[in-house]
Amino acid sequence: MLNSSFDAVVPMLCVVLSALASMTAEAFRKKGERMPIGGLGIVGLVAAGVSTVILWNRNTTSFGVIAADNFGLFVTGILVIVGLLTFLFSSAVIERNQLPAGEYYTLLLFSIAGMIMMATATDLLVIFVALEVLSLSVYVLTGLRRDDPRATEAAFKYFLLGAFSSAFFLYGIAFTYGLTGSTRLDRIGAFLAAQALTGSPMILIAVGLLIVGFAFKISAVPFHMWTPDAYEGAPAVVTGFMSTGVKAAAFASFARVFLSSFEPFSADWVPVLWVVAVATMVVGTVVGVAQTNLKRMLAYSSIAHGGYLLVGLVSANQVGKASILFYLLAYAVTNLAAFGVIAMLGARDRANDELSDYKGLWHSHPMLAALMTVALLSLGGLPPTAGFIAKWYIFSAAVSAGYYGLAVIGMLTSVISVFFYLRVVVMMYMADREGASAPPPVTGVGMAALAVAIIVIFILGILPAPVMTLAAQSIATIF
Amino acid sequence: MTFPLLTVSWLLPLAGAIALLFFGNKDGRNNALIRWVALGLSLLTFAVTLVIWAGFDSSSADFQMVERHAWIPAFGIDYYLGIDGISLLLVVLTGFLTPIALLSSWGSVETKVREFSMFLLALEAAMIGVFLSLDLFLFYVFWDAMLIPMYFLIGIWGYDNRIYAAVKFMLYTMAGSVLMLVAILGLAYLHSAATGSYSFDLLKLYALDIAPRTQFWFFLAFALAFAIKVPLFPFHTWLPDAHVQAPTAGSVILAGVLLKMGTYGLVRFAFPLFPAAAVYFAPWLALLAVIGIIYGALVAMIQPDMKKLVAYSSVSHLGFVVLGICAMNMQGVQGAVYQMLAHGVSTGGLFLIVGMLSDRRHTRLISEFGGLRHVMPKLSAAFLIMTLASIGLPGLNGFVGEFLIMLGAFRWDPRFVVAAGLGVILSAVYMLWMLQRVFYGRIRHEDNQALPDLQPREWAGVLPLCAAALVMGIFPTFFLKPMEASVERLVQRLQTAQTFRVENVPAPRIPQAER
Repeated sequence: MLNSSFDAVVPMLCVVLSALASMTAEAFRKKGERMPIGGLGIVGLVAAGVSTVILWNRNTTSFGVIAADNFGLFVTGILVIVGLLTFLFSSAVIERNQLPAGEYYTLLLFSIAGMIMMATATDLLVIFVALEVLSLSVYVLTGLRRDDPRATEAAFKYFLLGAFSSAFFLYGIAFTYGLTGSTRLDRIGAFLAAQALTGSPMILIAVGLLIVGFAFKISAVPFHMWTPDAYEGAPAVVTGFMSTGVKAAAFASFARVFLSSFEPFSADWVPVLWVVAVATMVVGTVVGVAQTNLKRMLAYSSIAHGGYLLVGLVSANQVGKASILFYLLAYAVTNLAAFGVIAMLGARDRANDELSDYKGLWHSHPMLAALMTVALLSLGGLPPTAGFIAKWYIFSAAVSAGYYGLAVIGMLTSVISVFFYLRVVVMMYMADREGASAPPPVTGVGMAALAVAIIVIFILGILPAPVMTLAAQSIATIF
Repeated sequence: MTFPLLTVSWLLPLAGAIALLFFGNKDGRNNALIRWVALGLSLLTFAVTLVIWAGFDSSSADFQMVERHAWIPAFGIDYYLGIDGISLLLVVLTGFLTPIALLSSWGSVETKVREFSMFLLALEAAMIGVFLSLDLFLFYVFWDAMLIPMYFLIGIWGYDNRIYAAVKFMLYTMAGSVLMLVAILGLAYLHSAATGSYSFDLLKLYALDIAPRTQFWFFLAFALAFAIKVPLFPFHTWLPDAHVQAPTAGSVILAGVLLKMGTYGLVRFAFPLFPAAAVYFAPWLALLAVIGIIYGALVAMIQPDMKKLVAYSSVSHLGFVVLGICAMNMQGVQGAVYQMLAHGVSTGGLFLIVGMLSDRRHTRLISEFGGLRHVMPKLSAAFLIMTLASIGLPGLNGFVGEFLIMLGAFRWDPRFVVAAGLGVILSAVYMLWMLQRVFYGRIRHEDNQALPDLQPREWAGVLPLCAAALVMGIFPTFFLKPMEASVERLVQRLQTAQTFRVENVPAPRIPQAER
């Protein structure tokens, strides 16, 4: 058994070790030799998942900067699920799309490690390091298809804007350190609570810069510009991974920083986030309506979902904090399933991700069409799916905190979003087959992973109580 | 624990729908088998609803056969079902119409029969669930889940403009219901503020003392959702599209049951939850209802399309139901509930027969027909019965409901009755005029010379409806009796609010918000 002070980093360590292993394996792979590198990653992720379960309720801390509290562990669990599903989807398409397996899996694992680190870090600098680890891997993953100009452009744009936002974030940390003399979240919180700094321009600048940094990562309006391009340019599996994993990690950290350290200043930042939440929900849905590319449409949809998550953050009560966790899980599984279907339908020479490519999918791939429908209905928040319970949870937080306006706006935007989700359903079920190219055959592994995701969507939608209890336990230990 | 009859009544069709998923049906090989299985399941469900009726105690106003299990304990959400006199017959109506709807599709739906049957059974499950739920959260789940099968039924098996109609139906209904969801959440929060714990239990929320101003907003949110569903003028524009584009089975269910979910919602939720606001808003709702009665009738009169005509007649008839509810007295509400059932039978029947004509001729234009009496006397007779039932001829089902509603409304405010009476006359005009143009006179169109009369399968759909129309018209007490106690309690509750709370409503403030 490891020294007790190492306990909290075990989940992350498992992932890092498997990343190193797959890197080594790739390095020693002979040209043309087939190696189950994806399997290494799955082993690492399963180990991370098991250690997460073991650490549950233990509240361990390592080095004072990584805390395996239930909140962090819940998000780690989400990230492990995201990782596992992504690996299973990837194994189904990676050969067909001729992606470099070794680099691909290694980068995925490193970015998952960064995400787990970000979700459990309790020090602003460690959060920054984690942010960079996950971001750098994701930048490369976005541009993985080197011969595709769209992918290269997307990666470059993402990298530039991401670097920009990292700078903002770092400035925020610097200001915070200058004010409080520490980068540890608990010390910052204690310091701020003791001093009456409300309204001081320095603290407002610090909070503002940190908000900008986080808003970039969760692609909140007006810092969402990179999202549609990056999501469209990246391979569909990577998009699914980015839109769920990065968002979950960034949101976990966002919630941790703002609901613990900067809680004393909530009167200052809550109105800002209120406006950002409304703008994010409205822009995400309204612009989403005009899209004809499915990946781009889901990019805007994921922007809008970031807005709903912000509603939970704004509400900032017990229900709100737990609802963020539930929402992240429901959204992660649902969005991954949707991108999984897109990935299954993509071919090497043709992404098949235009809306018109889905014409009459019901006739050629009835199962895929049904799975996609469930995922889309869940994204739209219709019962009996996970998305409905998640939205209900978030908005009940808003209502119980007295934000009726926010709830009404959120509900109305979710109706608008149903309109564009339904456009896909219309294409799949109600349009004629004419003009659409025949989609490639689908592998068993991919299908099984999709089926698992759909079952989870239904379970979360019909029997959400156990997961809700877990979510409520998760926030009980920290904030 | 007793046998969970209510759970069975909604779970049976759903389980059947899921079971159908496992029937291989490549290229429609098993169409016939699947049709029979689906029909059998729906008949079994109907039998279950009849058993519920048989076991129902008419003398009690309480919810009966209650089933209750914790579902999401952290929020006080229960799986909570119960039935009373108001919901009982609506459940039976749902069980009654679904087999007929399935039968109606035997001749017309040839593609993807398995999926069609699945969606129809899933729809039945959701509709029964709506009528049985006593937990607002559960109610909302069924209410929204119901949209999905209906959307597919219209969108896949509908007529030419089906996609537009399906999307419009879905978005309209959702837009109304999400605001209701906010109000439901608000109610649960108020309960938590008052007692310390969340609850979505309808009976507990009935007992909640809600400030008049809050009632005002919450009532609006609920009423909007239900008004769209009913549909009340001016929220009715989705209905003609959905009705006309839906396949016959969809129209029968839509007119027969779905619209009643709106009026049922008013009776069960909006009015008793917010009695003070209900008292305040009743005249306005009644005004919209009366406008709908006359507007629907006038628009129906000029429709060239039979299906559209019947659709607009629904707007008119549902206006009566809302008027009866707004009267908030015994006759009014009882008449409203009765009219819901009567309209389900007669309009379901009209859509069914129009669907048969449309299957035969692939057109629904009135001008394409004429003199059908000579070639299809039996179908003409059935249509005549349904027409007369819809107009409200004494001795048939439509009369009882309309008469009670008018009586109740007269006791409340005679002005509304004058206008509604005009609607009755107009309904006779447009229905009889259609009857005359389609079935009487000479056969003007050659294609109509050789149309076959009712087939045995069609008899099976038409006969029960005609019988129901007659029985409901001749023995109304048989149907009024079970609802009496429940309606009486509801009316008492509303009238208490009328006398005690009316002075508490901040009248000067509300009209400003209204305008």
